[in-house]
Amino acid sequence: MNAVPIRSGDDVVRVRQLVRTAAAENGLSLVDQTKLVTAASELARNTLVHGGGGTATVEVVKSPIGRPGVKLSFNDEGPGIADIDLALTDGWTSGSGLGLGLSGARRLVDEFELNSKPGAGTSVVVVKWSR
Amino acid sequence: MERVPILKIGRTLFVSIQIELQDDTVVRLQEDLADELSATGARGVVIDITAVEIVDSFIGRMLSMIGSISRLFDAETVIVGMRPAVAITLTELGLSLNGVRTALNAEKGLELLNGKA
Repeated sequence: MNAVPIRSGDDVVRVRQLVRTAAAENGLSLVDQTKLVTAASELARNTLVHGGGGTATVEVVKSPIGRPGVKLSFNDEGPGIADIDLALTDGWTSGSGLGLGLSGARRLVDEFELNSKPGAGTSVVVVKWSR
Repeated sequence: MERVPILKIGRTLFVSIQIELQDDTVVRLQEDLADELSATGARGVVIDITAVEIVDSFIGRMLSMIGSISRLFDAETVIVGMRPAVAITLTELGLSLNGVRTALNAEKGLELLNGKA
């Protein structure tokens, strides 16, 4: 699947729409679609604002027991995150937000993996399974 | 950037969000509402989010801030028409919309504001 660029607010909206379509077509309930699109919105904003732009990939995947799911990857080559545990803490923020973006996105999905190093960019991969 | 129109009905400002919200659009709405509140002396703001498919932490924070700004103009903000899936997601996200009241629909939102008079 092709990576979609995240360079502007328009791109963030485009990523949300792609995720919505993939989630609806693969059996996620309306509530799960909404959770995944909301998580995508948080993560795409992080890529844009903190990562200085990057890419998003939307993929359809199957679990070992054959359940369909939607997997999203967000990648940037920004400054990276020095303390990942801290970044995932509710209420901790590097900017002027509420500090719920990353920690909230994690709660809204079934699988969440964050890889980041200072100076080496950030990658976040999340999966939401249909029920 | 698209703009969200603000209608003045009596002493209430009415906003119905019918577009995909970008961060810039919400910030602009906040500024436009502050200007309108100052210019009109409106006592209430109703924001209809019936058509809004997601409220993430940024949009949620902006809605809260609109409520706080309205207070400074002696006006109250009511968010109406939240979709059930949005309500569930907002709660799981950990976001409470401080500073604003909520009502089921536009009619109930207006009743809430008029009850205040």
